[in-house]
Amino acid sequence: MSRENNSASAQSNLPETSSPVERQIRIGSGITKNNKKPYTKSFWKRASKQKALLLMSIPFVIWLLVFKYIPIAGWVMAFQDYKPQFGFFEQEWVGWKHFKDLFNEPMFYTALENTLGMGILGLVFGTVSAIVFALLLNELRFLTLKKWTQTISYLPHFVSWVIVANIVITMLSQEGIFNNILVGLGIIDQPINYMAKPEMFWGIVTLSDVWKETGWNAIIYLAAMAGVDPQLYEAAKVDGASRIRQMWHITLPSIRAVIIVLLILNIGNLINIGFEKQMLLGNNIVMEKALVIDLYALDYGIGMFRYSFGTAIGIFKSVISVILILICNSVAKRIGEGRVF
Amino acid sequence: MKKKWTVFDIVLTIFMAFVIVVTLYPFLNILAISLNDAVDTARGGIHIWPREFTLANYQEIFGSNDLLFQAFLMSIIRTVVGTITGIIASTMLAYTLSRKDFVLNGFVGLLLVLTMFISGGLIPEYMLIRNLGLINDFSVYILPMLLTAFNVIVIRSFMDNLPVALEESAKIDGANDFVIFSKIIIPLCMPVIATIALFLAVAQWNSWFDTYLYARGNEALTTLQFELMKILDNANISSGDINSQNAEVIAGKTNPQSIKMAITIIATVPILLVYPFLQKYFVTGLTLGAVKS
Repeated sequence: MSRENNSASAQSNLPETSSPVERQIRIGSGITKNNKKPYTKSFWKRASKQKALLLMSIPFVIWLLVFKYIPIAGWVMAFQDYKPQFGFFEQEWVGWKHFKDLFNEPMFYTALENTLGMGILGLVFGTVSAIVFALLLNELRFLTLKKWTQTISYLPHFVSWVIVANIVITMLSQEGIFNNILVGLGIIDQPINYMAKPEMFWGIVTLSDVWKETGWNAIIYLAAMAGVDPQLYEAAKVDGASRIRQMWHITLPSIRAVIIVLLILNIGNLINIGFEKQMLLGNNIVMEKALVIDLYALDYGIGMFRYSFGTAIGIFKSVISVILILICNSVAKRIGEGRVF
Repeated sequence: MKKKWTVFDIVLTIFMAFVIVVTLYPFLNILAISLNDAVDTARGGIHIWPREFTLANYQEIFGSNDLLFQAFLMSIIRTVVGTITGIIASTMLAYTLSRKDFVLNGFVGLLLVLTMFISGGLIPEYMLIRNLGLINDFSVYILPMLLTAFNVIVIRSFMDNLPVALEESAKIDGANDFVIFSKIIIPLCMPVIATIALFLAVAQWNSWFDTYLYARGNEALTTLQFELMKILDNANISSGDINSQNAEVIAGKTNPQSIKMAITIIATVPILLVYPFLQKYFVTGLTLGAVKS
């Protein structure tokens, strides 16, 4: 694949209707430095003139092959009974055994349910909160406050999940502010130990996620909103549209393509929610609601040395993820909206 | 002409003030607890101002507790080394990919982009690190995190938009590709390098899982984030068992809970000092990168 092809296809995949927003955020994707003629000289002749470039590239090609592609080749482990003490060719091949084991394990379905549950909650609330926050920030007249709110809203994104977990656990503890306020208002009589309530775990994870990432995720929507043609608002004002109606009828439709592209990408990652939050916020009491696929793979694959079984879990995840992204992409194509590829 | 403020504007302003409070209160609360006497903290009721001011929790980290101080130093070392190596690697690779005449351009580009869609997963990566003998070695913090496709693509998009004329005139003067890269391209790329350096530094500074999985056996490699995670883990196990915590509190002047707050503050302050000043750069970088990917 040549670079010209890359950028050309990237451009043609973007929606045809070209509002100023879309054009604005598309800058960079279609630009190529200069359009020289195709190179006709032989490969080796050109390569011999590019020793410096080759030297700057080959170490990292080796790095990519080792750190990114050898693990993919490691998928064959899922079809073996991998034992580290033996060499690759001495392993016993077992076919689909580990996948069958996986699908017969009740725990796996718990993990799948928790992963999809928290994934969907995170996707819905994460997307909605970011869009609403961007919409409101975009309407804010008090510009100093706008700048400060934006800067402050990025802070939680940059701190680690370890810190956020500490914050959440502190705030939700029996002596924490959350219980204080609820008891003070008379909504509850007794402080609640939220972290020990399995039925609340999904909600806690989702809220923590919203608290951490809303400001950051709003960046892309705000950038899209900045490109909306001001004349549209002027026209709406003449027609007597209120601010809320302007948000609904002008701002939101203008960023629709961006919303859909991000949704497709995020749905593809629905199953790749990781394990950090669940591992750090979870405890033994809430395990039935905190166990996600990656934690399951970690516990069984590494904790119990069932490497092949753990690899099978990873492959299952990758397959689901690819299927999800293909479905979303074709749905978006059918309804005539922006698509990723 | 100043526009008139409506009810809508007032509600909006109040809402944003509320967002600021919700975001900042936890940090202020933790700062107050970290500066408060540990025994007193156990009585509860600390909000944004310490009741019995003390620096004992910080003294514990920077003075009496060797392990925590070592963890602090290791966090700094891995952040500095990881950021520098990451920047060198990403800019070099990005430059070769921005050169359309480069013979391996298509191949390397494809190799890189594919890693965004497909990855080996947890267990094969773990086996790789094990087989490479990186377990309990400092390089396990640096090598696996050397490159990410996203960073390289963001840098390359920036390089694509640089004026070509400079590069060509240098070539006519007989400069080789490496000289062009280091003397012309790098100085022009400082805005995007600042952004990527921030991303790399934050990723290194915040990382705890690689310590947990690969470097647990070597105490010299522990980091602040990992020590914090360990305290958190212990607290999670004993959560609901208030008595055991109180016993610890009574035993000493400092306790893990107060130390936890002090570590949290130490781990947050460097981020607070850096990111607001790079805001302009990362916002553009992110917008560009997100569209590209």
